[in-house]
Amino acid sequence: MEIELKNIEKAFGEKVVFRKLSYRFPEGETTCIMGPSGCGKTTLLRLLLGLELPDSGEILGMAGRKKSAVFQEDRLCENVSAVSNLRMVSPHLSHKDGEALFARLGLEDSLHQPVREFSGGMKRRVAILRALSAEYDVLLADEPFRGLDEATKRLTMEYFKKQTAGKTVLLVTHEEQEAEFFGEEILMLDVKC
Amino acid sequence: MIFIMKDDQKGNSRLSPFVKKLLATGFWLLLWQLAAMGLKQEILLASPAAVFHCLLELLPTGDFWHTVLFSFSRIILGFLLACLAGTLLATLSARFSPVRELISPLMSAVRSVPVASFIILVLLWVPSKSLSVVISFLMVTPVLYANVLTGAQGMDQELSEMAAVFRIPLSRRLRYLYLPQLMPFFRSACAAGLGLCWKAGVAAEVIGLPEGSIGERLYEAKIYLETPRLFAWTVVIILLSLLFEKLFLFLLDKGLSRLEKA
Repeated sequence: MEIELKNIEKAFGEKVVFRKLSYRFPEGETTCIMGPSGCGKTTLLRLLLGLELPDSGEILGMAGRKKSAVFQEDRLCENVSAVSNLRMVSPHLSHKDGEALFARLGLEDSLHQPVREFSGGMKRRVAILRALSAEYDVLLADEPFRGLDEATKRLTMEYFKKQTAGKTVLLVTHEEQEAEFFGEEILMLDVKC
Repeated sequence: MIFIMKDDQKGNSRLSPFVKKLLATGFWLLLWQLAAMGLKQEILLASPAAVFHCLLELLPTGDFWHTVLFSFSRIILGFLLACLAGTLLATLSARFSPVRELISPLMSAVRSVPVASFIILVLLWVPSKSLSVVISFLMVTPVLYANVLTGAQGMDQELSEMAAVFRIPLSRRLRYLYLPQLMPFFRSACAAGLGLCWKAGVAAEVIGLPEGSIGERLYEAKIYLETPRLFAWTVVIILLSLLFEKLFLFLLDKGLSRLEKA
C-alpha cells in the first residue's frame, strides 16, 4: 500500500506548517523532499514516523510498517561502541557482517570505539549504517549526507542508493545534486506563512 | 611568570603520581611521629610506630578477623541494599511523577536527619547487631536516589524517540540506552556513598555497641585509654573503606568499559 498524505494540517502555535497537504509517495522508490528552510520537511518526517500528530487530515499506509530513519541529528548512543549502535537495531548482526558493513564506508578501524570519540562525519556514517542495517519497510532520512566531505559523501550516497534500491525511501535534502542522484520523484514543499 | 609555572610543572611531572602520594603520606606520618615524640603522652597522641606495633599485634588474632568480618559484612550489606533501593526508587520516580512526589520529600527528610538521631531511634526498632546495616542503608539510599534520579531525568528524549522508531525492546533499551546514560551518575553516587556508609556504620556501632563489632573495639579502647589501639582500629577502618571503594569502583569501571566495547 502506498503512503498517502490526505489534507494534512499542522501548526505550531501561530506558525502554520502545512495547510491541506496531500501527496502520494510511490512504493519501492526514493522520493526526495525538498524546499526552503522552515517549510516543514523535518515536521513531515516526524509526522510520518508517528512522533507528531497532524492537527487534521490523515496519513495512510504507515500503520504496521517497519520504519527506519536517519534523523537530522545523529541520535547515537555516545557511550557505546559503533557496532553496538548497530546491534541495538539489528541484534543478530555478526562480527564479520559488522566489519564488512563498516568497511564499506571507511570505518573498519572504529568498530569497537565508543561513538563519543568519533568526528561528526564518522557519526553521520554510523547513523546511516544503523538505518540501513535495521529491518524496514520504509526508510525516512533527514539530510543524511550533511557534514560529509565530497569524497565520503559520494561513496556514502552510492552505497545508500545500492542498499535501498527497490525500497520505499523518503529523503529530505537541500541539494539539487542529491535529488538528481536519487530522485525518481521529488516533493517540493514551500513556506506556508 | 608563565615560564616559571611551566618550569615548576615540568619539575613536578618527573615524579609519578604514586611517588607523589607516597611522599605526601610520608610527610604527614613524619609530622605525626614528631608531634607524638614532642608531646610524650601516648594517651593523648599515639605515635605511628606505636599504632603500627599495635596493628601487628592485632593482625594474627582470630578475634581481629572476626571483628572485621562482622562490621564489614553488615556495613557493606547496608550499602548494597541502598544501591538497589536508591536506584529502583529513582528509576520509578523518573518514570512516574506521583512516585517522585511521594518519595522525594521522604528522601530529603532522611538526608537532613542527623545520623545520631537515626542511630538512637533505630536502636529502639532493631537489635544492635543489625544496627549498622540499617544506618548504612539509610545514609546511602538518599545519595543514590538523588544522583540516579538526576541521571534518569536528564535522559536524552531524542534517543527515546529513536528507540521508539526502531521498535527497540526494553531489554535492549536497558542495555544500550539507559545503562550507559545512568552509569556515570550511579558511579559517582557509589563513590560518595562508600565513604558515608563506613562513617555512619561505625558511628552506629560505637553507640549501639553490638558484640564483636569494630565499634565495640573502638569504644573499649577509649574506655581503657588504649590510644594506640584506638588509632589502630581507626587505621583498619580507613584501609577497609579505601580497599573496598577501590575494588568496587574498579569492578564498576570494568563493567562499564565492557558495556561500551561490546
